[in-house]
Amino acid sequence: MPHSYPALSAEQKKELSDIALRIVAPGKGILAADESVGSMAKRLSQIGVENTEENRRLYRQVLFSADDRVKKCIGGVIFFHETLYQKDDNDVPFVRTIQDKGIVVGIKVDKGVVPLAGTDGETTTQGLDGLSERCAQYKKDGADFAKWRCVLKISERTPSALAILENANVLARYASICQQNGIVPIVEPEILPDGDHDLKRCQYVTEKVLAAVYKALSDHHVYLEGTLLKPNMVTPGHACPIKYSPEEIAMATVTALRRTVPPAVPGVTFLSGGQSEEEASLNLNAINRCPLPRPWALTFSYGRALQASALNTWRGQRDNAGAATEEFVKRAEVNGLAAQGQYEGSGEDGGAAAQSLYIANHAY
Amino acid sequence: MAHRFPALTSEQKKELSEIAQRIVANGKGILAADESVGTMGNRLQRIKVENTEENRRQFREILFTSDNSINQSIGGVILFHETLYQKDSQGKMFRTILKEKGIVVGIKLDQGAAPLAGTNKETTIQGLDGLSERCAQYKKDGADFGKWRAVLRIADQCPSSLAIQENANALARYASICQQNGLVPIVEPEVLPDGDHDLEHCQYVSEKVLAAVYKALNDHHVYLEGTLLKPNMVTAGHACTKKYTPEQVAMATVTALHRTVPAAVPGICFLSGGMSEEDATLNLNAINLCPLPKPWKLSFSYGRALQASALAAWGGKAANKKATQEAFMKRAVANCQAAKGQYVHTGSSGAAATQSLFTASYTY
Repeated sequence: MPHSYPALSAEQKKELSDIALRIVAPGKGILAADESVGSMAKRLSQIGVENTEENRRLYRQVLFSADDRVKKCIGGVIFFHETLYQKDDNDVPFVRTIQDKGIVVGIKVDKGVVPLAGTDGETTTQGLDGLSERCAQYKKDGADFAKWRCVLKISERTPSALAILENANVLARYASICQQNGIVPIVEPEILPDGDHDLKRCQYVTEKVLAAVYKALSDHHVYLEGTLLKPNMVTPGHACPIKYSPEEIAMATVTALRRTVPPAVPGVTFLSGGQSEEEASLNLNAINRCPLPRPWALTFSYGRALQASALNTWRGQRDNAGAATEEFVKRAEVNGLAAQGQYEGSGEDGGAAAQSLYIANHAY
Repeated sequence: MAHRFPALTSEQKKELSEIAQRIVANGKGILAADESVGTMGNRLQRIKVENTEENRRQFREILFTSDNSINQSIGGVILFHETLYQKDSQGKMFRTILKEKGIVVGIKLDQGAAPLAGTNKETTIQGLDGLSERCAQYKKDGADFGKWRAVLRIADQCPSSLAIQENANALARYASICQQNGLVPIVEPEVLPDGDHDLEHCQYVSEKVLAAVYKALNDHHVYLEGTLLKPNMVTAGHACTKKYTPEQVAMATVTALHRTVPAAVPGICFLSGGMSEEDATLNLNAINLCPLPKPWKLSFSYGRALQASALAAWGGKAANKKATQEAFMKRAVANCQAAKGQYVHTGSSGAAATQSLFTASYTY
């Protein structure tokens, strides 16, 4: 312990830090387009489209053919492995199209969840084997950041100490390996919204999970300035009968982050979980208007909350592609505004009226 | 783990948070006047004054009866047990004098070091026994914050994991007990400057220690908004042959803090260790000018660095009261300016000259 064996050189640190800052530059967030083949199956079946490689390619083309308007609001795109090597109708690799827009390319590197024996249905995430070699290859193939999702859930006896510890540790190993290969790790410890727990309970669990994550990152000598965090917002469980305003969600979320995420972390890019497109934007906006001091960028890394309307408009028809792309650009721009606290809502009274709904932070 | 059992009510949190913020408001810092009887003996011996209760009382009286304007620079004073119950020559309690000046009264709570067997002369701190009852009494008797000093040292195999873990845990227990009794805990994990290690090594160790401290505070359900941190600045060991500028000390210090100290902590009040009065002020000033994000107040909790000149001016003679108070006031005002990054050392050209000496943060 007493001696430090530097994990990264000064040049490596600078590269990682620059990449992270580019992704979360003011007004920008991430498009999570890294749905696995299995996840895409669910999305496509909802619009009656067959889950073929070609359809998945056509769908991602809808998103990636967005015009220059997305340059202002999208800082990074997360790819699934298959998509990283796909091309558009003109044979231009998707990676090139995205990079040419000045957007950073990312890659999902985890290999899904596996059960933790002796727990109440809890999991850890696999994917560490050969991860260094895979990262090196992805870096060559154009990726500058990666994403790894861990999953925890709230119930009577969960998350258990083991689940928290094990997932934090695996996230830290992943992060360490990424950085060795010039890739910025997005650290995603998602606490699912399933359940009937209230806002306070989610906040408490989130604080415990994040404290464990940052202790593990410290133990594994991860360079925080070259990472991003992708947490859940603090929300009540889906089945909770109490309703909360965006301001309450914002206050609980920012309070939890302030108590656990060191200021060295350049950005927090929220996942949207099961939130609707509009909910995800309103909550992000409220978070950016929260009166507590926030030393990191607070932005989005949305999948469904950026794509739901686009998917629905496309419905597998080439003729609908243009209109579908337009839906995506609209949500991207709205979230770009929300990431700066400048979204006025879809017609409702935002701003000044909402400001007074923030409850003093000592209540959290 | 899944359920939270709130440690504090909203009202308790509000009280703690307000006390903490009062102490570090507007560039104010802390006078650490809590030297134990033994330590005062060392100080008094240097100015050839006998270490009697009356002499200790007289010196503290001179400091505490300084002009009211001292309350612009001093937000809190830490007292030793004996001093909390002493009075001035008119029979007025010191704690009343301080409170009337709007200064928050604090009390040293630890009971000294105890060896950790099986380590290279490392220690933990005692004082947890009956601590809750002691805190309750001190609160009744006018104290609103506590202080507890844990000590770690850099040497062969030190600090060991055990020393880090044990001291972090003891600090967290102390903090939890304080808060239950309405006292804001000042958390002091001092990494001693003894040794010939360089700046980078001190930074590495400080980061590991602070990460462990904040994980322990989280595990013990301590309300961070109602605490203050009293760390060492990151410096080279006393016997290190390499010399560093205040800007280098500042960058290493703020880098370490921003990788480990959550934004929820309202203030960080540095200890001065063995630094001269002027170095302690210059370093604090450089810290406040450091271009990294600094979401907490960065102030002082100085003992020697506020009192050395005053002690020398006093020399044990009542006739020197005015000169003593002037010497003390001068350092207090200087450090308050430094806590705002506004200290101009006579002879230097101030902020502009020092700004350019900051080395880019990514090398740390």
